[in-house]
Amino acid sequence: MSSFFKYFSDLFKGVKSLLKGMAVTNRYFFSPGEIVTEQYPENRNKMKMYDRFKGEVIMIHNEHNQHHCTGCGICETSCPNGSIEIISKRIDLPDGKKERVIDKHIYHLGMCTFCGLCVKNCPSHALAFGQRFEHAVYDRTKLNKILNHPGSSIIKDIEE
Amino acid sequence: MGYSRYDFTPLLHSIDQWLYSVMSPAWALIVELTLIGLAFLIFYALVGLFLVYAERKVCGFIQNRVGPNRVGKYGIFQTIADFIKLLMKELIGTKDADKLLYNIAPYIVIICSFMAIGAIPFAQGLLAIDFDIGILYIISVSSLSVIGVLLAGWSSNSKYPLIGAMRSGAQIISYELSVGLSLLTIIVLAGTMQFSKIVMAQENGWFIFKGHIPAIIAFILYVIASTAETNRGPFDLAEAESELTAGYHTEYSGIKFAFFYLAEYMNMFIVASIAATVFLGGWMPLHIPAWNGFNVVMDYIPPVIWYFMKTAFVIYIIMLFKWTFPRLRIDHLLTLEWKYLLPINLVNILFMALIVLLGWHF
Repeated sequence: MSSFFKYFSDLFKGVKSLLKGMAVTNRYFFSPGEIVTEQYPENRNKMKMYDRFKGEVIMIHNEHNQHHCTGCGICETSCPNGSIEIISKRIDLPDGKKERVIDKHIYHLGMCTFCGLCVKNCPSHALAFGQRFEHAVYDRTKLNKILNHPGSSIIKDIEE
Repeated sequence: MGYSRYDFTPLLHSIDQWLYSVMSPAWALIVELTLIGLAFLIFYALVGLFLVYAERKVCGFIQNRVGPNRVGKYGIFQTIADFIKLLMKELIGTKDADKLLYNIAPYIVIICSFMAIGAIPFAQGLLAIDFDIGILYIISVSSLSVIGVLLAGWSSNSKYPLIGAMRSGAQIISYELSVGLSLLTIIVLAGTMQFSKIVMAQENGWFIFKGHIPAIIAFILYVIASTAETNRGPFDLAEAESELTAGYHTEYSGIKFAFFYLAEYMNMFIVASIAATVFLGGWMPLHIPAWNGFNVVMDYIPPVIWYFMKTAFVIYIIMLFKWTFPRLRIDHLLTLEWKYLLPINLVNILFMALIVLLGWHF
């Protein structure tokens, strides 16, 4: 007898839950609320990417065209597929000593897998992820970028 | 009645007589058959393309998306672009496929839905053939499409289509019972199987109101069972894309795949129009007895519009099923049919017979 009642209670419970689900989808059909689709080419001027988005590796420069990169080469050794090359140079200081500074921080965007190891391992937090993602070019060599801007120098804020 | 002003019978009769007067009877018959075939072909393609578009839009809105919106205004030409793409695609077959059956299968599926569409009344006098066993004809013809599905699965010489086709066979054969019995419930009330008479009998109230409780139960059962019969979600085990890639049409490409795809949507249109005709009055406007002013106003809306509004309503319900419920497992599917739908249907048909005998219907 209990199985008899269970049959009907299961039936009505099932129908009730199905109708509840259909009410939800029906409400969304008639008033979808916020449409989450990004209409990309039209909204590219006001589009806001998320902070965590990994568009490309950039080197942070301040307003005096200065960066934190010491040219230590940890990013170069930590990159799993060799998309970073560090070319450093030695410059003569006024007191006669020599100092190693970064000459070119070459970043091959075409080989990068955006794993983020270089950004994580940088001891002086010189690298970061930028939000630009429109990287399509007709020539592969255009993907080889020099991250330190021309004429830039290192921020000497650790000693002072 | 007021709706007779939109009767298509005189127009079609005059065309018929004009054809027979200008050419010999044999040629007139051939020309008429060609014209009707051409009209259905165009109608079939247009409705199929529109339904694919409508489904994508409904699905998009339910999921907080916009759906197709690039080709044409609101993306209305998206499905036409898709169709052209499918037309130009290469037909790739499997190596050891049974070539004859493999090539025939899509045509069987699409011919079955073509044959079914001929008996559906779109408006007064606007139907290709008015059988006195119209419902029986449609049930039998539309369930023939399982042969095409089984052939497609068998002849593809691949395991996924075979599993999909076997599932589809088990599913269609079981749910055919529920579809037939729920329509039989209304035949008990209507006393006829002829579509034109069924529609005319609903002049003073649709069957879903006239037959009240058993008719409403039969309507719900019919919509569930016919959704399963057309292999649509949540009953789309036959093509369960996460398990069987695409089920019975895995090995088809190009226009043959398009035939299966179009037939699926046309079957949905056919079951929706049967539901609209049998339960919701077909092309008959909404009439409430003794509300004469209301009835006159309703009669001014052309029957074709009534018909398409009702069909669109049922199609929307079927689409809502697909985008709301998760897919059933095969044993759940058969449990639903044999333990729930079929017993309820049998009790319901007895209940309806009792109500008709005692005269408790409106």
